[in-house]
Amino acid sequence: MSATAWAWLVLLLPLLGCVVVSLGFRAIPARVAGVVGTAAVGLSFLCAVAVLVNLLGEGADARHHASSLWTYAGAAGLDIKLGIYVDQLSAFMILVVTGVSALIHLYSFGYMRSDEGYHRFFSYLNFFVFSMLLLVLAGNFVLLIVGWAFVGFASYALISFWYRRTTATRAGMKAFVINVVGDIGLVLAAFLIFRELGTFDYGAVFAHAPAVFARGEWTVTAICLLLLVGAFAKSAQIPFHTWLPDAMEGPTPVSSLIHAATMVTAGVYLIARTHVLFYLAPTAADVAGFVGLATLLVAGTIAIAQTDLKRAIAYSTMSQIGYMIMGVAIGAYAQGLFHLMTHAFFKALLFMTAGSIISAMANIQDIDRMSGFWRAMRFTSLMLVVGGLALAAFPLTSGFFSKDSILAYAEARGGMYTWMAVGGYVGAFLTAIYTFRLVFRVLPGRPCEEAQHLIDTGELYHGPPVNPATGEQEDTEVGFPGAHHHIAEQSWPMAVAMGVLAFGALFAGLIQIPGVDNVLFGFLDPAFADSPLAAIRPSAGAEWRGLAIGAVISVVGIGLAWYLWVARPELPRLFRERLRPVYLLCLNKWYFDEAIDFLVVRPALAIGRFADSTFERLVVDGVVSGTKDVVGGASGVVRTVQSGFLRSYALLLIAGFAGLALYFLLRAT
Amino acid sequence: MSIDWYIALSALLFATGAMGILLRRSPIVILLCLELMLNAGNLALVAFSRMVGNQQGQVFALVVMVVAACEVVVGLGLIVAIFRRKLPLDVDELRELRG
Repeated sequence: MSATAWAWLVLLLPLLGCVVVSLGFRAIPARVAGVVGTAAVGLSFLCAVAVLVNLLGEGADARHHASSLWTYAGAAGLDIKLGIYVDQLSAFMILVVTGVSALIHLYSFGYMRSDEGYHRFFSYLNFFVFSMLLLVLAGNFVLLIVGWAFVGFASYALISFWYRRTTATRAGMKAFVINVVGDIGLVLAAFLIFRELGTFDYGAVFAHAPAVFARGEWTVTAICLLLLVGAFAKSAQIPFHTWLPDAMEGPTPVSSLIHAATMVTAGVYLIARTHVLFYLAPTAADVAGFVGLATLLVAGTIAIAQTDLKRAIAYSTMSQIGYMIMGVAIGAYAQGLFHLMTHAFFKALLFMTAGSIISAMANIQDIDRMSGFWRAMRFTSLMLVVGGLALAAFPLTSGFFSKDSILAYAEARGGMYTWMAVGGYVGAFLTAIYTFRLVFRVLPGRPCEEAQHLIDTGELYHGPPVNPATGEQEDTEVGFPGAHHHIAEQSWPMAVAMGVLAFGALFAGLIQIPGVDNVLFGFLDPAFADSPLAAIRPSAGAEWRGLAIGAVISVVGIGLAWYLWVARPELPRLFRERLRPVYLLCLNKWYFDEAIDFLVVRPALAIGRFADSTFERLVVDGVVSGTKDVVGGASGVVRTVQSGFLRSYALLLIAGFAGLALYFLLRAT
Repeated sequence: MSIDWYIALSALLFATGAMGILLRRSPIVILLCLELMLNAGNLALVAFSRMVGNQQGQVFALVVMVVAACEVVVGLGLIVAIFRRKLPLDVDELRELRG
């Protein structure tokens, strides 16, 4: 079978899983639904491997194929096909997406065991995987938008999965609204592309764009800026990032899958896919690079102050995606995607460990309450350390190589991009601190009440079911989390998924060691051969220098975190008191929510109220009731003729005909 | 004999029927008056047919008779139905279709 045939199977299997689980939810038992959902994505991963094998069997320049099943719309110069495009980039993306998704499905199989909405969960998850694969496999902008909107919906449905929690439904709506803003940007960009180039097809657009647009022309800059609106909203970059921390209201596997490993990296994929356009629009590319830089720094500072375990990791996700956006924007395409892959491994792993710890804490997410889990949950703690090391770019872990490859590229490109490298290293220092702040606050020390309970009885602590955000009482029926929680130590699917990801988090970087091997870049580079920026390569010496700086920063950051939160735990409190304004700024997330509320939400509400009270009441109601009155009055006059007297009708009839006859007689003479 | 007399008689009959419809209130009499008007028309058709000298007008008269028979069936049926439901047999009383 050809690469495209396998790619169609990759797309079909999760859709099939979703349909089977959602339509058969009465007939099939919960366990089977989990197996079906997991197997669908697992098989999809195998098909993705087959795609890769097929591509590797071809010459490096022939590794791109378009295939279409049928034509969606073909009229008046419009030619939209239900088509996919398989090249190195999409093959790489489907491998990452299906691989990590399969593991997270496996994890959910154990983690969501006691939830009443088990079927629903797996059908949503499968639908999400299908949508994400559609997004990365789409062969034209229309299908890309379809996949883009589908993942937005899947994200909304899964954030609000516990739909009886008001905080969860609000978070879902927030995510959806902000994502729709991004969708609008993407749709407008597609319109502009069609207006200028007359086609939506990737191959034709990227082939013709360099001839149609001059470099730096305003139309292509506008297209790229609109694409960026979509990318920023999906990838939680400033100023469209506020939905991501709130999205942590969803179940932890969802945070792991959608809001860490796959969906939020769609913006990175989009920029990498449209790199031809971004090369033609250097202004837009620089905007993206600096927004990425700003996001990675801002999110890093916020993550240091957060006390909610999942939210702190969510800010870390934002920060890491900032690296990727910065990378693909300035031309480090393969490097950005490399970081995308390693980040998918270690961030999914971190969320999984967070889920395990939160289960042991009976759904409490506040790290102020946690301590001493090293003695209670050895495996989970080990995984947290592994994920933390990779995130903090500890030497020889995967994050170490991927993050530094981006920064080495920025330095090699020189000019103002050197500042991006410097900012990136500052961000790396923040990353090491906030990551190991979590580790050092959760793992060592005297076990907290919940951890002690686990050590003493070997069973999980069960408090009354409450909403961790508000403390409201809940029950355990459908629409709320189930009655029992599950930790990796007591559930083999969770442990297996975490073990595999930990392997990836530790060793995935070894496929791309500067000067030693070149597996990933060697595969991806031909896809970006049409951009002169991809040819810039730091020398091996510069790369090793960067790695050395990264290693020092990482070790110093971890050491500082150890000093602050283990050796001298009174110091952070002192900082909080001395540097109160800075602390408040970080704790309150740089007041982005308040700023957006003030600048966007309130004016929109005011306009809405004005429209309701003034425009609706006076203008719309005036026109409507005015029309009604005119028609009613006129028909009141005409109605008097309908007296109901048969003989008056007869008189009218006869008189009318007599009048007509008289008229014609007079005319005739 | 001149055609004038026939037409005059026809017009007289038609006017009688029309006056009957306008003045009388009993549905049966109105039906009778309708028949009178139709037959006035028939008379005119046959007279013109004789004058012109072909048969087409007489064929029309036959068609009008058929229509008249149908109309009487419906009309009488309505009258019987009104009678059965014990409604007044008076077209001025039956005015529920007032707008």
